[in-house]
Amino acid sequence: MMLSVRDLRVSFRTQEGLVRAIDGVSFDLREGEILGVVGESGSGKTVSLLAVMGLITDPNAIIEGSIRYRERELVGLPARELRRLRGNEIAMIFQDPMTALTPVYTIGGQIAEQIRAHKRVSKSQALERVEELLAEVNFPNPREAMSRYPHQLSGGMRQRAVIAMALSCNPALLVADEPTTALDVTVQAGILDLVRKLRATHNSAVVFITHDMGVVSELADRVMVMYAGRVVERGSRTELFSDPQHPYTRALLGSIPPLTGEKPRRLPAIPGSPPSLLRLPDGCAFGPRCPVNYEPCRTGKPVLGDGTHAAACFRVQA
Amino acid sequence: MSSDVVTVPRKTRGPWALAFAKLTGNKAAMAALTVFVLIVIACFSAPLYARWAGVDPFSSTLDAVITIDGQDVPVMEQSTEGLGLGYTPLGPTWRLGNYFLGADNQGRDVMARMLYGGLNSLLISAVATVLTLILGTTTGLVAGYFGGVTDTVLSRLLDILWAFPIYLLAISLSIVMIAQGITIGPITIESGSLWLPIIIIGIVYVPYVARPIRGQVLSLRNSEFVMAAVNLGVPGSRILWRDILPNITTTLIVFVPLMMALNMLTESALSFLSIGVQPPAASWGTIIQDGQALLYTRPIVALAPGIAIAISVMALNVFGDGLRDALDPRSKVRLGRD
Amino acid sequence: MIYAILRRFGQMLFVMFGISVIVFLIFFATPGSDPAARIAGRNASPEVLEAVRHNFGFDRPLYVQYGLMMKKIFVTGDLTSFVNRGWKVVPAVLDSIPVTLSLVFGAAVLWVVVSIVIGIVAAATRDSWVDKLLMALGLLGISMPVYWLGEVMNLITQSRYHDTWLFSWVPPLGYKSFSDDPKGWFLALVIPWVTLAILYIGIYGRVLRAAIIESMQEDYIRTARAKGLSETRILLRHALRTSLIAFVTLFGLDFGALVGGSALLTEVVFGLQGIGKLTYDALQSLDLPMIMATVMYASMFVVVANAIVDFVYILLDPRVRTS
Repeated sequence: MMLSVRDLRVSFRTQEGLVRAIDGVSFDLREGEILGVVGESGSGKTVSLLAVMGLITDPNAIIEGSIRYRERELVGLPARELRRLRGNEIAMIFQDPMTALTPVYTIGGQIAEQIRAHKRVSKSQALERVEELLAEVNFPNPREAMSRYPHQLSGGMRQRAVIAMALSCNPALLVADEPTTALDVTVQAGILDLVRKLRATHNSAVVFITHDMGVVSELADRVMVMYAGRVVERGSRTELFSDPQHPYTRALLGSIPPLTGEKPRRLPAIPGSPPSLLRLPDGCAFGPRCPVNYEPCRTGKPVLGDGTHAAACFRVQA
Repeated sequence: MSSDVVTVPRKTRGPWALAFAKLTGNKAAMAALTVFVLIVIACFSAPLYARWAGVDPFSSTLDAVITIDGQDVPVMEQSTEGLGLGYTPLGPTWRLGNYFLGADNQGRDVMARMLYGGLNSLLISAVATVLTLILGTTTGLVAGYFGGVTDTVLSRLLDILWAFPIYLLAISLSIVMIAQGITIGPITIESGSLWLPIIIIGIVYVPYVARPIRGQVLSLRNSEFVMAAVNLGVPGSRILWRDILPNITTTLIVFVPLMMALNMLTESALSFLSIGVQPPAASWGTIIQDGQALLYTRPIVALAPGIAIAISVMALNVFGDGLRDALDPRSKVRLGRD
Repeated sequence: MIYAILRRFGQMLFVMFGISVIVFLIFFATPGSDPAARIAGRNASPEVLEAVRHNFGFDRPLYVQYGLMMKKIFVTGDLTSFVNRGWKVVPAVLDSIPVTLSLVFGAAVLWVVVSIVIGIVAAATRDSWVDKLLMALGLLGISMPVYWLGEVMNLITQSRYHDTWLFSWVPPLGYKSFSDDPKGWFLALVIPWVTLAILYIGIYGRVLRAAIIESMQEDYIRTARAKGLSETRILLRHALRTSLIAFVTLFGLDFGALVGGSALLTEVVFGLQGIGKLTYDALQSLDLPMIMATVMYASMFVVVANAIVDFVYILLDPRVRTS
C-alpha cells in the first residue's frame, strides 16, 4: 500500500471550544490509483488531505492518528524530512489558480524553483525541464510562457502551469483539490483529460477532491464519500455508482445531470445544509437531513464497516 | 410543568457594544487611555498649580529667591566661570510647588510652564483634529457623493496638497500669518493667537482624512441601498446625512486619537521652529526651544517636555491602535508619519 | 510600461505646477496684508517698498506676478534678499542642496536596511517577546519629536559622554563637504543619520511586519510550502518580496515628508547648512524671498523624488510593469 491513513483526527482550538474537523478518517491508496474524495464544502475533504501533505500550519490545530506513506509515518515527522517529500514525491494542485502563484515571479522561475529545491541541477537544466513540462501540459508556446507572469495568463493556463509545477519532480502521489471548480466548463474538460493522461504517462497515484459526482464518475477508480468530518461510504467506482448505499451518496448521485437523454428542469438538491461542526447532532450527523426515518440513527453514531464497499449507515447494516 | 420557565432570549449586543467590550478588554489600550487622561487632568490643573506654587510662569523673574531647606537660593545663579557675567538657572529641586524642575533662562518655574505648555499643546492638537475632520469629511463627502467635475477638481487639489511636504506648507502659511496676523472679512486673528497654529495644522492634514473618506463615500454611493434611496427620490442631503455619514463614523472615530498624536508632534515642531505658539505663551515645543540654549548646563528644561510629548503621543497611538482593532480591524488607517 | 511612466511624468508636472501656484497664492494673494511689505522686511523705507512693488509687478495682474516670480526663482535666479541686503537667494539654495541630499540619502539607506531586518525578525518571531520588544521600540521611535531626539543625541555625544571612548570620535556640529574630506563628511553625518533614521525605522519596521504577516496568509504561500521550500526561503523570497511593494509605495510618500519635514528639523538641531537650515534661518529673520525660494526648490525636489520612487515601483511590480 502506498498511502495508508488510519483513524486520522484533526481538531482546532477555537474560542467556542475544540472543533473536530476530521473525526476518524481511514483510507488506503495503491500505486497508480485514482481515488475520488467527494463531499459538500465543510465535509473535511480538503482538511484531511492538507493533513496528509503536512500543510496545516495553524498553531491551534491538533493532528492525531497515523498517516503512512511507503512505510514511513508522516505524523510527527520532522519538518525537514517532510519538506523533502513535499513537492518531490507528494505534490498538490490547489483549487484557485488565480491566487496559487506568487504574483511577482515568472511561471518558469516558480517551477524551476521547485525543481532546484529537490534536484541537484543547474539553473539552465531546470529551465529546460520546465519547457518540457509546459509542453506536456499543452502550452502552445512553452518557451514564451516561461517568461510570463501569472497575471498575464488565463485561469485555465494558470491551472496548467500549477499542474506542470506539481509534476515537475515526477511525484508518486498527486493531490488535486478541486482543480476545476474555479474554471469554465470547457476548460474543465481539458484539465480532466490532462490528469488522466498524466496518470498514464507518469504512473502517479492521484487523490482527486471534488464536490462533483460527475467528475468522479469519469475519473476515479475508487471513491470515498465524506460528510461532517467522517467517511460515510467507500467503494470502487462501479460499486458506488451502480449500488449506492448511504442515503447521502444517493442524494449526491441525484444531483448529477444525466449525460444523455433529456435534462431535468431542476436538479434535485439535498434539503437542509451541512451541520455546524461546533454543534453536531446526537446520533448520525446526516440524521436531520436523511429521508429515511430510522430510530437507532437518533442515538448512536454509525461506523464504517470493513470490506471494499461499505457505508456508515445503520439502515444499510441492519 | 416547565411551562413557567420563560426562556429569556439572549440579549443581542449591537456592533457598538461589541466594539466597546473589545476595547475595554484590551489592557494596553486601557492603560494608554489612563495615562493620557492623567496627563490631561494634570495640564488642566496648571492654573491651580501656579497659584499654589505662587509663581507667574509668563514673566521674567530673574531676581527671585526661593527657600530650600531653610536656605535662600537665588533662581538665577551668577556663573563662576569665564567673566562671571553669565547666569545659570536653578536646577531641579524635585520639590513639588517649589521649582520642581528648576528654572529656565528667564527664571520662570519650568514645572508650571510644562503644565501650561501641555495645556496649549493638547488644546491645539485637539481643536486642530476637529478642524481637520470637519474640513476633510466635508471635502471627502462632497467629492465622493457628487462625483463628476466636482470630484475631479477636489481630487486634483487634494493630490497637490498631499504631495506638498506638510512642514513647507505650514511654513509658507505661517510666515504670512504669524508676522501680521490675518484678516478674512470680518474675522481678524491676532499674530499671537493660538488659532493660527490650529488653522495651519488643521489645513495641512486635510488630504489625510479627505482621501480615505472620499473613497469610502464613493463605494457607498454605488452601493445598493443608496441607489435604492436615490431611485425612490430621497433628497441628496438626506441620503448624505442618514445613509452615508453613519457609515463613515467608525473611520472618523478611529482617526481621532491617531490624528491627535500626529498633531501633537506637528504642533511641537512648529513651535520649535518659532512659527507655532508665540511667546510668552508656552507649549511643549517652545519649552524645548527655550531649553536648547541650556542643553548642556540644565538639560532638564529640554528633556522634560520631550518626554511628555513622547509619552502622550505613545499613549494616543496605543489607544488609537486598540480603537481601530475594536471598531474597524481591517482598515488601513495609518497616521504614523510626519 | 512606457505609458505608465509617461503618465506618472505628466502627473509630476501637474503637481509641480499646482504646488507652485499654491505657494504663489499663499505669499502674494493672502488677504489682509501687503506682500511688498513682507518681502521688503521690517522697517523698510518707502523707496525700497516702491522698488519691490515694481520689481515683482504688484501693479500688474496676478498671472504676470506669478510669471515674474517663477522667472526669478527658476530661470534667471536673480531673486535677492532684502533682509540680508542684496544677497542672491538662488545660489545659496543650490549650494545647500548637497548637504540635504547627504543627510537624506544616508538616513534612507540606514532606515531601509534596519527596518527590513526588524520587520523580518518581528514577523518570523511573531507574538514572541522579541517581536513585542521590537514593536514597542518602534512605537517609541515614532512617538519622539525628531528634533528633540537630536538634542538628546547632542547632549550625549557632544557633552555628557563626549569624553568617553564611545563618542570621542564625534566631531563638533556642522557639515564637511564630501569632496574635501570624505572621512569628515561621514563622521559628521553619522549621528544625524541615526537620529533621522530612528523615526522611520519605527514606522517601516511596523508596516513591513504587518505586510509580511498578511502575505503569509496568502494562497501562494501555501503553494510555496507544497513545493517543499524551506520556511526561510518562503519568508524571504515569497512573503517579503511581495510585501516590499507596499514598502516602496510608502517610501515614495514618506520621502517627501522627510525632505520637507524631519530633515529640516534635523538640520537645525545639528547645524547642517542644508536647505532646511536655510529655511529656518530665513524664518527667524522673516526673510521672505529666501523662504519662497527654499520652499519652492524643496517642494520640487520632493515631487521629483516621489516620481523616481514610483518609477522604481513600476519596475518592481510586474502587474504594473506589463499592463
